Amino acid sequence: MKKVNKEKIVPILFLLPSVILIAIFVYGFIAWTGVVSLVNWNNVFPDYTFVGLKNYIELFGNYRFQISIKNLFVFTILFITSSLIIGLFLAILLDRKIKGENIFRNIYLFPMAISFVVTGVVWRWLLNPGTGGAGGSVGINMLLDKIGLSFLKSGWYTDPRIGIKAVVIAAVWQMSGYVMAMYLAGIRGIPTELFEAAQVDGASTWGVYRFIVLPLLRPITLGAIIVLGHISLKIFDLVFAMTGSGAGFSCDVPALFMYDTTFRGNYFSQGASIAIILLISVAVLIIPYLRYSLRSEVKR
Amino acid sequence: MKISRLLIYIVLIIFAIFYLMPVYVLLATSFKSFAEVNLRDMWKLPKNLSFESFITAWKGNPQRGLRGLSQNFMNSIYLVIPATIISALLGSMNGYVLTKWRFKGADIIFPILLFGMFIPYQSILIPLVQVLQKTKLYGSILGLIFVHSVYGIPITTLIFRNYYATIPSEIIEAAKIDGAGFAGIYRRIIFPVSMPGFAVVMIWQFTSIWNDFLFGLVVAPNPSVQPITVALNNLAGSYFVEWNIQMAGALLTALPPLLVYIFLGRYFMRGLLAGSLSGT
Repeated sequence: MKKVNKEKIVPILFLLPSVILIAIFVYGFIAWTGVVSLVNWNNVFPDYTFVGLKNYIELFGNYRFQISIKNLFVFTILFITSSLIIGLFLAILLDRKIKGENIFRNIYLFPMAISFVVTGVVWRWLLNPGTGGAGGSVGINMLLDKIGLSFLKSGWYTDPRIGIKAVVIAAVWQMSGYVMAMYLAGIRGIPTELFEAAQVDGASTWGVYRFIVLPLLRPITLGAIIVLGHISLKIFDLVFAMTGSGAGFSCDVPALFMYDTTFRGNYFSQGASIAIILLISVAVLIIPYLRYSLRSEVKR
Repeated sequence: MKISRLLIYIVLIIFAIFYLMPVYVLLATSFKSFAEVNLRDMWKLPKNLSFESFITAWKGNPQRGLRGLSQNFMNSIYLVIPATIISALLGSMNGYVLTKWRFKGADIIFPILLFGMFIPYQSILIPLVQVLQKTKLYGSILGLIFVHSVYGIPITTLIFRNYYATIPSEIIEAAKIDGAGFAGIYRRIIFPVSMPGFAVVMIWQFTSIWNDFLFGLVVAPNPSVQPITVALNNLAGSYFVEWNIQMAGALLTALPPLLVYIFLGRYFMRGLLAGSLSGT
């Protein structure tokens, strides 16, 4: 009897430090942030006077917050759809028995290994709307001039009408290869018999992709949307390094707003309420997905 | 058929050019001397190779008040190595318990741990800074090691759990019958076959901790303890518009994870796919 107990207790003891750390540093801290968002700590010195939902109400009336939410929405939609389309397109092309597939794949995927900050610094320069002081154009704009696509030239992140969409270009550059890798792994996982059977039935290459491959890739699309979605909702480093909040906050996102509010402005409670809204938006995406994927795992 | 294949290659090459374009500008600019750097010539190759930018980006230029990145590069090394090892060991332990010593409630604990991987860190930053300040870990490399070790637990646990699930439980059962205990089985059976798992986890953690910006920015405001990503941003944000030095700095910052990607890409890929849960 004693041995049975010991056998159960020892493994739990080894798991315990991690469980305690996560309990405190994730859940405890989230609760703490929740409390901060409900008090009046909008100064350097902690003030835990309860004010209810005041910070949230003020937040929704805040001009910068409204823009940052709108930007986040635009960023998320454009970033996810572009990455999915480019990733799937490249995966399908690479699946066509391409010579040098490895080289292409590595070229498309390497940005994934780089820090968002490096990406931001480099793309800030590439999308520079400057003239180089001589009335010409520089960076991508100069390239567009050279290949005869001058009409595509723009002020990029300095143009309030474009703003956050310029950041999307850099984000897609960094993450679309990841989607390609996921799709390619998915396509390669489909049993070849399925393709052969379809070809015997006289399906065209296009038909095979449309009616066999695409439906089978649905779980991967879902996985990619979850990964890209939670990266997108949290996007911070890229915007911080590339543009900052931009002219008239045209490049601003909530994570950046939270940082400025809290750590530059010392409006801790206001910052906490932004953080809680961010957390809820991520949780709405992630919790159903975790339930779904862990449940389907049990079935298998 | 021939033409359509040619078309596929052309499209693939156009995309390759798009992905490589920033690398070209990065390299071309960082090998230019200050005299040669000019926005209008940014697409041109350097006339002759100059290492001036790298030397300045690394050592700095005290006369012009420019901090070099060498200290921050070393900070990142001192930070990333212990944090990677600690979070990998914790993940290995957790994965072992969750797959081979399952107990009532394990199915609840795992998703609870896993959720920590997805949270926006903004939602824990305020208490984190408070606690680190109280424990004197704030503004130190030790503090950053601690933070990355803790927030690395979910992903390392996930990857090891998936990896250990492929080791047949019969071996463990047989060892238990032979009288081996929890630690003995880990030491003699699990750990020796864990190397591929450790490779995937450590490469993943190395890359993400090296590339981190938010924790470095918030937890280490002092330039002398900043990791290289934060220092790069400050270098680029300073009012000295010296593109060649910025690009050389960007290259120095990107180099370690890029080398890992180039030489250990297979393991990098596995971590990548595991990160999307598709390994489950």
